[in-house]
Amino acid sequence: MRSRFTARPWIGLFTLVIAFLACHIALAQDLQSFEKKITVKVLPNGLTLILCNRPEAPVFSYSTFIDAGDVDDPSGESGLAHMFEHLAFKGTSQIGTTDYAAEKVALAKVEAANNAYEAEYLKPVGRDPQKLAELKKIFEAAQADAQKYVIPNQFTEVAERNGATGLNAQTGLDETMYFWSMPENRLQLWAWLESGRLSDVVPREFYKERDVVMEERRMRTDSNPIGRLTEQFLATAYVAHPYGRSSIGWPSEVSQLSATEAMAFHKKYYVGSNVVVAIVGDVNAAQVMPMLEKYFDKVPGGPKPEDLTTVEPRQFAEKSVVIREATQPFYIEGYHRPSYRDPDDAVYDAIQDIMSNGRVSRLYRSLVEKQQIAAEAEGFSPYPGAKYPSLFAFYAIPLPGHTDDEMRAAIHKEIEKLKTTDVTDEELAMFKTRAKADLLRGLADNQGLANALALYQTRYGDWRQLFLQLDRIDKVTKADIHRVANKVFVESNRTTAEIVYTPTPKTPQSAAQDKGGAQ
Amino acid sequence: MRAPRFNFIFRASLLVAVLAFTLPSQLSAQQSKPWEQIPIPPLPPFHPHQPTRIELKNGIVIFLQEDHELPFVNGTVFIPGGSRDEDASKLGLVDLYGQAWRTSGTAKMTGDAMDDLLESKAAHIETDGDIDSTSLSWDSLKGDADQVYALAMDLLFHPNFTEEKLNLAKQQEAAGIVRRNDDIGEIASREARKLIYGAQSPYARQPELATIANIKLSDLKAWHDRTIGGKLIVAVSGDFNPVAMEARLRATFETLPMARPNPAHPGSFTDPKPAVYFINKPDVNQSNIEIVGLGTERNNPDVPALAVMNDILGGGFGSRLFQTVRTKLGLAYAVGGGYGYSYDHPGTFRVVVMTKSVSTVDATKAAEGEIAGLITRPFTEQELKRAKEDILNSFLFLYDTREKVLAERVRLEFYGYPADYLEIYKAGIEKVSVADLERVSKKYIHPDKLAVLVVGNQPQIKPGLDELNMGPVHPIDITIPMPNSAPSMETKQ
Repeated sequence: MRSRFTARPWIGLFTLVIAFLACHIALAQDLQSFEKKITVKVLPNGLTLILCNRPEAPVFSYSTFIDAGDVDDPSGESGLAHMFEHLAFKGTSQIGTTDYAAEKVALAKVEAANNAYEAEYLKPVGRDPQKLAELKKIFEAAQADAQKYVIPNQFTEVAERNGATGLNAQTGLDETMYFWSMPENRLQLWAWLESGRLSDVVPREFYKERDVVMEERRMRTDSNPIGRLTEQFLATAYVAHPYGRSSIGWPSEVSQLSATEAMAFHKKYYVGSNVVVAIVGDVNAAQVMPMLEKYFDKVPGGPKPEDLTTVEPRQFAEKSVVIREATQPFYIEGYHRPSYRDPDDAVYDAIQDIMSNGRVSRLYRSLVEKQQIAAEAEGFSPYPGAKYPSLFAFYAIPLPGHTDDEMRAAIHKEIEKLKTTDVTDEELAMFKTRAKADLLRGLADNQGLANALALYQTRYGDWRQLFLQLDRIDKVTKADIHRVANKVFVESNRTTAEIVYTPTPKTPQSAAQDKGGAQ
Repeated sequence: MRAPRFNFIFRASLLVAVLAFTLPSQLSAQQSKPWEQIPIPPLPPFHPHQPTRIELKNGIVIFLQEDHELPFVNGTVFIPGGSRDEDASKLGLVDLYGQAWRTSGTAKMTGDAMDDLLESKAAHIETDGDIDSTSLSWDSLKGDADQVYALAMDLLFHPNFTEEKLNLAKQQEAAGIVRRNDDIGEIASREARKLIYGAQSPYARQPELATIANIKLSDLKAWHDRTIGGKLIVAVSGDFNPVAMEARLRATFETLPMARPNPAHPGSFTDPKPAVYFINKPDVNQSNIEIVGLGTERNNPDVPALAVMNDILGGGFGSRLFQTVRTKLGLAYAVGGGYGYSYDHPGTFRVVVMTKSVSTVDATKAAEGEIAGLITRPFTEQELKRAKEDILNSFLFLYDTREKVLAERVRLEFYGYPADYLEIYKAGIEKVSVADLERVSKKYIHPDKLAVLVVGNQPQIKPGLDELNMGPVHPIDITIPMPNSAPSMETKQ
């Protein structure tokens, strides 16, 4: 038996973050009541603290947003933001070590040994295998030496012993977030831990953690058909902007990342002006703010990092990816659209809702219910990020016996309708009602609310936009949808990707495998 | 579909709990622990808001949980009986029932019309089929609550199953069946259950194209008639007047006949046959390894000690599995597991590791070493203390919202556990000693009775699985059976 109370997808934390990108409504009184509960403080180093008092139970949840993600990975270092996120669990100069002074010296030797090894490894000509083997040995010995000072996982262990729940972090293309929930009497302990890892990360166990991240890549991308497909889809849709780069990182690059590079990323992006920390729960701002200031003052100041210069050039030719393998068919297509700052942002939300939300949506009614050719069909946006011009994508999963071509044709038919005929008044009203209700539903969850406040503060410089976006949603008209659909959903702006089921050829080797059993 | 995000930790664990473990020798070498100087004031008293329980004369139980924070009303009716009670020739019946019940609608209003009405109000009515129950739930803004309740009750008592929606549900189910071998994780967890419980067990068997083809409209109606007269549990939460809500629910449910007793739980349980089992998947570069056996039931008095043992083995960051396989050896991103317990039947013992193909044997041996270590490597007082702190300090989060409190009470009611089970469990955790850990690990952990399942890319697995020294490797055939009338899936794209 599953509990329906906690399983509701629309109040899920994760959905909430995504949903907030899509719908931004609330009534004026909600904003007013939140004005009373919320305190914002910008510290001298530029770091923003947001506290929201919700004394339902003696607990709090927090969300730390770093306005940097894998889109900011330097060239040749894809996956670096994510790699650094893993490092942020390894402790500081005060936790996770038996003797930091000695460890620091040992870690410097690890870096020197890695640099020497890598220099030899990357030699285009004249790489000496014997020298490489020796350098590898030195590198491994240096790591073993540094390891002597490590107390593994002490940072997370202290958090969990003190009741941290839902402890995790996520690195997206746009941002990195850290979060957990704790009993409220651990707020000061949390502030010590969190401010410590933001300001005083030590690159310990970096090279073993790199192996762990390589395993994460194998799990999410290499060994997952949809992971493989979307990586190729994005790499094809983008020619210049890093939204097209593997966000967990290309294997050749992740496997060469160094602790020095990770620490340089930290130095540039983990500055106060790039960090928002939101805390929601049984917290009284007047009482705890001085304590929080004391801890978070330690985060270095520094200029807000400059934005990316690359702007994806206009696409002028349709592109496609076809993966032929022994996986059931899957179809996805995407069209370039502007970033979340575009005045039409809410119009894209309206299109997504009308095309995809529930059993009344156009794609469900057409592809799933009426034509009975798809198990699922939806449009979604923005993808793969929101900060920079992204994609409006559609996907469909063919029913047995149906093809990707049928998915494509059926999706295009629905898009064409959007371009030629106005949506109905009922559809538009439904979008606005649902967006408002979904926002309200999300307010009851400490973690979801902390994530949303941090996200809106980061994106708009003001958490109130979480509520004020009601205006933009309310202003969406049928003509807007018509106009935007005609602007964006055009052939030359399209990239498609599909899996075409193709049986594995029966080579003598694979025939032997099919008999099973590892030899 | 959402933008890719990468987490620090993959929560594959079957058990919620998490714990901490550190080598004592290293700890003592540490100079100071500044975090221990930080004051931890006592928590203010907290009494989770319990729902009102109303037992009707006919055996139906109602829970009311008021919550006026937001203007919504949510309700669910739980109906005993689920897919474990299906006829073997009609596997998938409860899945289809759970879908077609709602999408078909009632004589008064078709499912499609219901979709239009509800969605225009941002309201929902949904039905669902699960392994031991089915359910109907609803939610809406407060202002629409009466109308949505009336619709939900019409659907609860007067469903009008249609061929059209049954066929739609069958197509969805078929799509799931033909796609079930695409994802390595899905293969591993499904086949692990079959090894643990037996392929034909009600807890492991799976719908096939042939079994869903056998299911007729009359089967859905018969299932509904058979289960709706059972011991229903009705749970309503949100922004309502409790007096009015109780009156309304009584008016609906009190007039029903005496509820039939719950069905007996099917199934017999034996340990898996210990051996290495292998499934080849040529399109992956990582092996999914599952080391599995039979678990126990939650009402076993050893469960608190097992919960602490699980934390030490594989709950979270500080667990022995995480420390060894991930942090020390760098062999996996996803690793975890423990000795499971279910509410009314034996759970599963599962340890899961995902590692690159070439390190399959190393990672398996490392995980096996930690399992055996539960018996051979003495538990320390320090491990015990940390595990208990971890569980007890996060205990609050089992009931920090009214919805969680309600869900827990419903669960306990459904499975016949005392309403104060969480308190009993917590007291049990507090009492666990090192001697208890030693006793339960010896009693329940039998490394020689565990099966090892590997799903991976055979030519890449070097050294091969014979290096595990568990005898011949047993291949498992996961070919999807095609009904004779249907053309082979491979000819279709």
